[in-house]
Amino acid sequence: MSGAGGMDVRKPIGLMFLIVGLILIGYGVATGGDPMYAKSLSININLYWGVAMAVFGAVFVGFSFLGKK
Amino acid sequence: MPSVKLILIDYVIMAVYFAFVLGIGFALKRYMKSSTDYFLSGRSIPAWVAGLAFISANLGAQEVIGMGASGAKYGIATSHFYWIGAIPAMVFVGIFMMPFYYGSKARSVPEYLKLRFDEKTRGLNAISFAVMTIFSSGVSLYAMGKLFNLLLGWDYNFSMLMASVIVLGYIFLGGLTSAIYNEVLQFFLIVFGFLPLVFLGLRDVGGWAGLQARLATHSVAQGFAPTAYTQSWAFMGETTKNPIGVEWFGLAMGLGFVLSFGYWCTDFLVVQRAMAADSMTAARRTPLIAAIPKMLFPFLVILPGMLALTIGTTASNPTPTTAVARPAEVKQGIIPAKTNKDGKVEVDEKGKPVFDYDLATPMMLIHYLPSGMLGLGLTALLASFMSGMAGNVTAFNTVWTYDIYQSYFKKDASDEHYLWMGRVATVAGIALSVAAAYIAASFNNIMDVLQLVFAFVNAPLFATFMLGMFWKRSTGHGAFIGLVSGTLAAAIHHGISLPEGAKVGFKGGYFGVLLKPYHSELAQTFWTAIAAWTTCFLVTIVVSLMTKPREEKELVGLVYSLTPKPDEGKIAFLTRPAVLAVIVLALTVVLNVIFF
Repeated sequence: MSGAGGMDVRKPIGLMFLIVGLILIGYGVATGGDPMYAKSLSININLYWGVAMAVFGAVFVGFSFLGKK
Repeated sequence: MPSVKLILIDYVIMAVYFAFVLGIGFALKRYMKSSTDYFLSGRSIPAWVAGLAFISANLGAQEVIGMGASGAKYGIATSHFYWIGAIPAMVFVGIFMMPFYYGSKARSVPEYLKLRFDEKTRGLNAISFAVMTIFSSGVSLYAMGKLFNLLLGWDYNFSMLMASVIVLGYIFLGGLTSAIYNEVLQFFLIVFGFLPLVFLGLRDVGGWAGLQARLATHSVAQGFAPTAYTQSWAFMGETTKNPIGVEWFGLAMGLGFVLSFGYWCTDFLVVQRAMAADSMTAARRTPLIAAIPKMLFPFLVILPGMLALTIGTTASNPTPTTAVARPAEVKQGIIPAKTNKDGKVEVDEKGKPVFDYDLATPMMLIHYLPSGMLGLGLTALLASFMSGMAGNVTAFNTVWTYDIYQSYFKKDASDEHYLWMGRVATVAGIALSVAAAYIAASFNNIMDVLQLVFAFVNAPLFATFMLGMFWKRSTGHGAFIGLVSGTLAAAIHHGISLPEGAKVGFKGGYFGVLLKPYHSELAQTFWTAIAAWTTCFLVTIVVSLMTKPREEKELVGLVYSLTPKPDEGKIAFLTRPAVLAVIVLALTVVLNVIFF
């Protein structure tokens, strides 16, 4: 294999989104109700967007293990 | 006067991103065995990866920042850059041109010109392209340094150095594959970083209806109909009725046909991604797959600019930093006015403040995102600068090595030698970009002149490729003289025209203002492109007819009428390039109708 054949791009991308997602979830939980969320219209955007990113990342990692392409 | 402070969590997110981009470079290093691996990813990239890289390489700062700025200036009409600009061009390159780029086994766009025409046409294209990529990479590096200095107070020597070292690291190690993989990563990061802005912004102003209502006030204040900022076609009948200041013909021909086709169909920066695809079908599908997210980008990159225009600065913004330092708080929405060196607000000839529209999208990040998400948003912004730079550098190292070094300096070296040269060109490309960034920082006018010259060089290109691919009678002399006259025509047209209210100089008119002034600078740009394209098209035809044509058998695989049609019988119906193309075009028509 040469060029790119040896590595599935979904693995690193999925992993990165999973890690960043988990960091945001952790931070969102820790700062729940903090006045800084006035900026994001009183939505704990760290928590919700962290969940979205973690799910996206997990799906990508999952696919990279399923499909051997 | 930094506008915002980052805290630990923001830096942690940024650090994770840096670790991954460099990690990808390291992981790919062992696969880089030949020059084809390094410059063309060994032609082994699956279509969807190449497709996302195809748009991501272009999703540099010019797009994220520039389209936000245009959204604030022109409203939803900015979507013409996508819906009659990029998308039809991407369909065209996928369906009609890719068979020749990929099928001819050319390793770069200039090399196709060499195969189809001759050495001098390739040389002209290769050299101008190489110089251009370095300068645009430098200009965007400088823009990044300036922006992060303004937003975060980062030292701009430091931020430019950091970004270039990271880009250097991952391209040096993993070549084009590394750039492409990181472009896919950056694509998703940019989507995830900017989508919350659109969501929060729309929620804040009361959805699309709320945005329409707020923009109506703004539109009337500028002297347009209430819906001029929220309808893309309705006011294109006359130049004075829409914020772009152009009428439908200049828009469709200049932007839609000449400029967009010229960029998406001939610029090696994007075409390289498709050339790296793992098969002919994958190469043809690359721009078509790219077109699907691309047609939705207006919502991601233009809407934040439009929203920034309408958001009140007083409501629900606890950021305390802006209150004192800003001169007189002159703002449009959350977009600040430009200030000159003494901290005074810049004004135009009529005494109105000049707004810094390039800050529209960055201000949205700062306005809506709390710590944590702010780190993600700024990382996405950094990623957009870095993917643009990486795109330029990978295109530069390939064109330098194959089209300049191999043709003019060392013809028959070993493949290892060219692989080594590619790495040297990567280091040199980055070093030259940094130098260009410092030139941009100290002599603003030089950059304006250079960008003008590049625009002149690029404008006629599509005529050359069209005739080359679809008219077997066109010749090398025709192509070369056509290109040169097209560039001259662009310079002449620009030199005898001027946008309304502009002074003679960089804006045009240096040969004397002979034409009726254009209503806007964009209108002038579009018509300059039309002049260049038409001249190149006609001159190429005339000169070709006067010169000796090439033997038909030499042109097999290079010209439409002499090349067997690709066989798509075995491919599943929905993934055939032609079927995908129809779907993409139909969706684009729907979008045009919705926002008519």
